[in-house]
Order: sequence, then C-alpha cells, then structure tokens
Amino acid sequence: MSVLVYTESEQGKLKKTALEVASYAKAVANQLGTTVTAVAINANDTSELGKYGVDKVLNVTNAGLDAFNAKAYADVLKQAAEKEGSKVVIVSSSADSKYLAPLLSVGLEAGFASNVVEAPSSTSPFTVKRTAFTNKAFNMTTINTDVKLVAVSNNSFGLVESEGSATAEDFSPSIPEINVKVESVDKATDKVSIADAEIVVSAGRGMKGPENWGMIEELAEVLGAATACSKPVSDLGWRPHSEHVGQTGKPVASNLYIAIGISGAIQHLAGINASKVKVVINTDPEAPFFKAADYGVVGDAFEVVPALIEKLKAFKAQQ
Amino acid sequence: MKILVCISHVPDTTSKINFTEGDTKFDTNGVQFVINPNDEFGLTRAMWFKEKQGASVDVVNVGGPETEPTLRKALAIGADTAIRVNTEATDGFAVAKQLAKVIEDGGYDLVIAGRESIDYNGGMVPGMIAGLTNANFVNNCINLEIDGTNVTATREIDGGKETVSTTLPLVIGGQKGLVEESDLRIPNMRGIMMARKKPLQVVEPVAANAETASVKFEKPAPKGAVKLVAPDNLDELVNLLHNEAKVI
Ligand SMILES: Cc1cc2nc3c(=O)[nH]c(=O)nc-3n(C[C@H](O)[C@H](O)[C@H](O)COP(=O)(O)OP(=O)(O)OC[C@H]3O[C@@H](n4cnc5c(N)ncnc54)[C@H](O)[C@@H]3O)c2cc1C
Ligand SMILES: Nc1ncnc2c1ncn2[C@@H]1O[C@H](COP(=O)(O)O)[C@@H](O)[C@H]1O
Repeated sequence: MSVLVYTESEQGKLKKTALEVASYAKAVANQLGTTVTAVAINANDTSELGKYGVDKVLNVTNAGLDAFNAKAYADVLKQAAEKEGSKVVIVSSSADSKYLAPLLSVGLEAGFASNVVEAPSSTSPFTVKRTAFTNKAFNMTTINTDVKLVAVSNNSFGLVESEGSATAEDFSPSIPEINVKVESVDKATDKVSIADAEIVVSAGRGMKGPENWGMIEELAEVLGAATACSKPVSDLGWRPHSEHVGQTGKPVASNLYIAIGISGAIQHLAGINASKVKVVINTDPEAPFFKAADYGVVGDAFEVVPALIEKLKAFKAQQ
Repeated sequence: MKILVCISHVPDTTSKINFTEGDTKFDTNGVQFVINPNDEFGLTRAMWFKEKQGASVDVVNVGGPETEPTLRKALAIGADTAIRVNTEATDGFAVAKQLAKVIEDGGYDLVIAGRESIDYNGGMVPGMIAGLTNANFVNNCINLEIDGTNVTATREIDGGKETVSTTLPLVIGGQKGLVEESDLRIPNMRGIMMARKKPLQVVEPVAANAETASVKFEKPAPKGAVKLVAPDNLDELVNLLHNEAKVI
C-alpha cells in the first residue's frame, strides 16, 4: 500500500529533485495514512532520504542500468510498485522521468497527471492541481484508476524535512531487452542545468552580441545559477539551442529567474511563468516583462549587471 | 516507409486563455487554432523523409469536426492523407488508445508526435502510444536519421543531449531541432488547392475509457505590481531578494 517514489540519482549521487519528490510522497502518504517506499537505481548512498520522509529504500544495483533507458527503468518501477502493492506512484519532472512516466502509466494501467504543483487537494476522488496552457492556467484533475501516477513539477513543492530514518533493502528486478541504446552523451558536467537550477540568469537580444555574455556568465556563477536565453538569441547563434527557454524551448520553474535585455513576449513568458520570483533588467520601462516581474530595474544592462555582480559578491562574502 | 504524424489542434500561442461554464471549459471564442508547434517541426521532418528518402506521410487527429481546418493545413504543407478519429479528446490515455488503433490498422513504421501539446501540456501521448503498440520510443527528439530500419536519434537531456541507436517501428516525441524554424513551410496556393482534393478520412472511435478527468480550471492569482529599484540602488535589490523574496 505504501506510496512509491522514484528518487533519481546521477553518477551515484541523489539529485535534489529526489528529495523534493520524496517530500511530496511523504505528504501523500500522510493523507493516506501509509508509508513511503523509494526506488533508487545505482545510487551510492540513500540514507539522506529518511530525512525527507522515506521509510524504506529499494536499492537496485545493476550495471545494465548504468545508462538511462526509459523502458527498462519504467519496468523496474512497475515491478517495485507491484511488489509494494502501491496505489500511488510519484516521479519528478526531469527529462528522464517525463520520458519513462507514460510508459509506466501504460504498464501499471495507472492514470497519469503531469506538471503537478501541489499535494492532492483530496485523495478520494484523487484530485491534483496541474499547470496547463503553458502556465497560463491551472487545471484541477482527478485520477480515476485504482493505481495513480503523479509527476511533480520541479521546485513546486520544495524540500520538507521530517523525523525518521529509512531502512534499505536490495531489490533485483528483471531487466527487459534494451532496444534503445545510448551511443554517446554530450553534457557539461561543470555547469548547472536549467532543469536542476534554483536560479536562472537569462539574457536576450538586448545584450547586442555574443561577445557580451561574459557578464551574464559571471552573474550566474556568483549566484550558482544556470544560464539561459531568449529564442532569437539562440536562433542568431549567439548561444546554444539548449539554452533557449520559453514556450518552444525549455520550461523553467526556478525559484528565481533574472531576465536581462528580454522584452517579455508572451511566448517567452509562457515558458518561465512557473518560476517563483522574477527580476527584469531592461532599458525600456514599457517592456512587457515589467508586468510579469516581481522586481525590476529600469536601466542599461551594461551598467546594471556589472554593478549587481559587485553587490552580490559583497553580499556573499558576508554570508 | 510509412510515417504517421500526430497533430494536436491547439490555440495559437498568443491566444488569451479564458474559461466558461463555471471554469470547466476552455473558451474558444475568438481563438485561432493552429498545428501544435512541436507537431509542425515533426511534420516538416516527415516531409524531408518523403522527399529525400521516399516515404508516405499521413496525419491524424483525435477530435471533432472543428479540427479539420488544422488537418487541411497539414495536407497543404504536403501530407498525403489525413485521418480524423471522430471523438472528443478527453484525456491523454483515451487519445493514445485511439491513435494506437490507427497505427495498428495502418501498419506505420514511424510515428512522429510532439514532445508536448501547448494546451494540455500532458507530455504523455507519445510515450503512451509507444507503450500501447510496443514500439521503440525516443522522447524530446531533436535529430532523427533513418537508414533502412536502423535509427540514429538525438534526444535532449537535462543539461545536454544524448545520441541513441534503435530500430523501427519507432515513436518519437519531437520538438524544435528535428528541423529549424527557417525550414518550416507556409502552405502556398498550389498546396492549398491540392489539399482540397486529398483524402480526409473520418473514422469512428474504438471504446476507450479516460483515466483522468478535468474538474475545473483556475487562472493564476493576479500578480501585484512590479517593485522598481533604481539602478544606483542595487543594494536594495540584493536586500529584497534576500530578506523579502528569500531566494538568495
Ligand atoms: C510560435 C512562436 C514561438 C515562440 N517561442 C519563443 C520561446 O520559446 N522563447 C522566446 O524567448 N521567444 C519565443 N518566441 C519569440 C518571441 O515572440 C519574441 O520575439 C522573443 O522572445 C524576443 O526576444 P528578446 O526579448 O530577446 O528580444 P527583443 O524583443 O528584441 O527584446 C530586447 C529587449 O532588450 C531591451 N534592451 C535593449 N538594450 C538594452 C540594454 N542595454 N540593457 C537592457 N535592456 C536592453 C529592449 O528594451 C527590449 O525589451 C516565439 C515566437 C513565436 C511566434
Ligand atoms: N487529440 C490528439 N490528436 C492527435 N494527436 C495528439 C492529440 N493530442 C496529443 N497528440 C499528440 O501527442 C503530442 C503530445 O501531446 P500531450 O500528451 O497532450 O502533451 C502532441 O504534440 C501530438 O503529437
């Protein structure tokens, strides 16, 4: 009966989103009066999960699962859910979890709600709040199947510590044949990814040219943030496509989003509206971004950004 | 190669989002509908396969008669045949069930869907189709090459990308990168004329139960006015972000 949660790791280390989905699973388990079981695949140390409400960890160790494979991972989770008799399964909104979730939904015959931003408002009927229309609205959705699958939106629930510790158990599921094989991975390991970042520093055409991105990167570094950009900036080749955020680019759900020299077109805002706090720096007080932002500076990025970097460095030094 | 492109019929990106009937229905009043942007990238890649490697390209939508102009647009862009499964798209699973039936009947080698639709944002239909038809599946697909039945695809991952090899039959959840913006085609007069003569088949749905149901919609609470900080007072911005917003 326990609530099952997939706690992702990367190179053996639990990801921060793993702690967030564990916290979410704990909230659901409290509502249902049951416990939380986590599934960790090739993770080195899962003891931290106890602090976020997990009662038991099923540790899967299998070299065949070193490279992510949606079908195989979905299959592992299906076997775990069946073993535990879980009626609710929780995953994150990472690219990998979003990839495996629909396969798991079919496998478990579990109704699936994605982009969920709050704990269920009711467990009978099982009702969750999810974003729709690219963050321009929310949709209250009921899941009406016996088993339910929920993908929690990144940074929407936060980390909630609880008392207790987790017991660990080895779990050896059968692994299906792998038909989609990873040939190569191209990933900057020294940079925070937009999906994982709590703070995103994003810049637009107002930066005039790629040669001016040094200050954007420096600001991001001071804040431990990921860098992002508007669509024209990636179309012009100033920045890689992987940094393009917005409706047709990557979604951003960070705690803080700083937009520099970005006008705030509706398609840009659609992708970043899920971010909690938005700051805009723009020379034009009429730029639409000021209507969407919490804090704004009307000013020239070429003066404001270097000054802000200095102020933040001083602030960080005091902390 | 037989290709099927799944087309979601969605409000244009600049549409005002409003609801009616006690916030239970999307208000389509004055809204212009378009091919879901992710599907348009996929359709354009399908046209490339048709022209460069030889393939037939069908498009499909699960929806009522109101989606036909969107399917006609796909025909005008160059698809050969359109199929409309005549039922309301109630939830991702019910839609995937209908699409799986069309795929089994049509014997498609490659099914191109979008990573996500911009209305429901489920990001679930492509994976569910793959699960239901037992096909290989690549999500967030940004590059696709096919040689016989061998496939090389690139998918976006958090913080980078990954190249995978697999085989047909295959379902992808596609997005920009499959083709670039500049490759998208605006239907010309000839395409539009030809589209009128191309077949648009209406097929009746199979039984499929929705697993989820929409109860109601909510709009985000109106946002308070922006707090402006003078450019020569950035200490104040740092202070607000630390003490008020608590994000640094
Ligand atoms: C179907 C569709 C999908 C789209 N999807 C996306 C998407 O996913 N993401 C996206 O970003 N866009 C998207 N767009 C494009 C979007 O409509 C805008 O064109 C784009 O977001 C504008 O980018 P920008 O703000 O960088 O540039 P601009 O609109 O050119 O704005 C530049 C801003 O910089 C300011 N500025 C200039 N100089 C300075 C300075 N020295 N200091 C500070 N500020 C300065 C200007 O006042 C201006 O506000 C989409 C469009 C369509 C039609
Ligand atoms: N009603 C539908 N008819 C045909 N294809 C659809 C429909 N709904 C979704 N799709 C396909 O599934 C993709 C993802 O949709 P979604 O799961 O709703 O985010 C879309 O980009 C389409 O390719």
